[in-house]
Amino acid sequence: MADTVTAEDPITGEEIEVPADVEVGEIIDSPVTGAELEVISVDPVELEEAPELEEDWGE
Amino acid sequence: MNVGICYSRIRRDEKLLLSELRDRGHEIEKIDVRKQTFSLSEPPEAFADVDVLVDRCLATSRSLYTTRFAEAYGIPIVNSAETAAICANKVRNSLALERAGVPTPATDVAFTKESAMDIVERFGYPCVLKPVIGSWGRLMAKLDSESAAEAIFEHKETLGHYEHKVFYIQEFVDKPGRDIRVVALDGEPVGAMVRKSDHWLTNAAKGAETEEFELDDEARELVAEASAAVGGGLLGVDLMETGEPQGSQSSGQDARESGYTVHEVNHNVEFKALNEAADVDVPAAVVDWLEDTVAGVES
Ligand SMILES: Nc1ncnc2c1ncn2[C@@H]1O[C@H](COP(=O)(O)OP(=O)(O)OP(=O)(O)O)[C@@H](O)[C@H]1O
Repeated sequence: MADTVTAEDPITGEEIEVPADVEVGEIIDSPVTGAELEVISVDPVELEEAPELEEDWGE
Repeated sequence: MNVGICYSRIRRDEKLLLSELRDRGHEIEKIDVRKQTFSLSEPPEAFADVDVLVDRCLATSRSLYTTRFAEAYGIPIVNSAETAAICANKVRNSLALERAGVPTPATDVAFTKESAMDIVERFGYPCVLKPVIGSWGRLMAKLDSESAAEAIFEHKETLGHYEHKVFYIQEFVDKPGRDIRVVALDGEPVGAMVRKSDHWLTNAAKGAETEEFELDDEARELVAEASAAVGGGLLGVDLMETGEPQGSQSSGQDARESGYTVHEVNHNVEFKALNEAADVDVPAAVVDWLEDTVAGVES
């Protein structure tokens, strides 16, 4: 099991575990709600609800 | 070297790239384009020390402007603004391939549903309607019947944003349940995979199964030509097998004999699936290429 750190889920306020090696800008799925969360800072890890998919996203 | 990664979301692909750059001791400037402001003459501070910028903007609109600004400031950026502009738009993409003599599916464009129906009647059913801007197989339609085609055109005309009133209609290619994704650096394949699905859409983003694919000489040649057609760089070239054995196609006079057709080139290529499916190290190849690119700029 990879190292994890805890952070607050921005939607529910619960403590959640996230991989210790997350990067600013990375998206993780909330283990509580399944919603996409964006890492806005590390050390400590802060999360925000990720922006919704837009039509021009892609390759 | 100092590499600026322009992004608005760190996908697995960017993460792989960042970790390869870090392992090699390169400096990295992570540039969240959502936080930047771009003036006409002065680059944003985040661009100040970079040797090269890598455009990894997930949002195509941001990619188009970021690359334009970088070039205006004289800062090297991969891929180029012109490559982004061609690849971001399916009409321009098809025109570039056609112009370069690369086999590409027959495609016609119309601006009204009546004219679009004329195209569909010429192509016959099924045929394919694609949004000119968009990716991951979203909003693609296989038109199986006249009534379906009419309904889709009417919906698009009524509900769509103006880009959806440009009807990009393509012949349906009867591919063998899979298409081919090649990741290439200036036309040189890094690796290739097939994407298999029972659905006619075989995008990895739609959950297709992937498997490494061995490119033959013909496919390699087409990848090089397709890459050159859009200005080169780090690209994803998508091909379909036409089922025509090489040399047996006998359509138009200047139609090229080919077992493949190239349906598009992607400028913001996602390579994590290939990295997993194939025995290649895509981020390592990309960083090798970036090192050469920067050395070329500096000398
Ligand atoms: N003319 C066609 N005939 C049959 N199948 C097609 C045709 N064009 C595309 N497809 C299938 O649909 C899928 C999506 O097509 P295409 O690559 O044009 O869309 P996209 O949304 O730009 O995808 P991406 O940008 O992720 O590569 C392809 O992987 C291919 O399997």
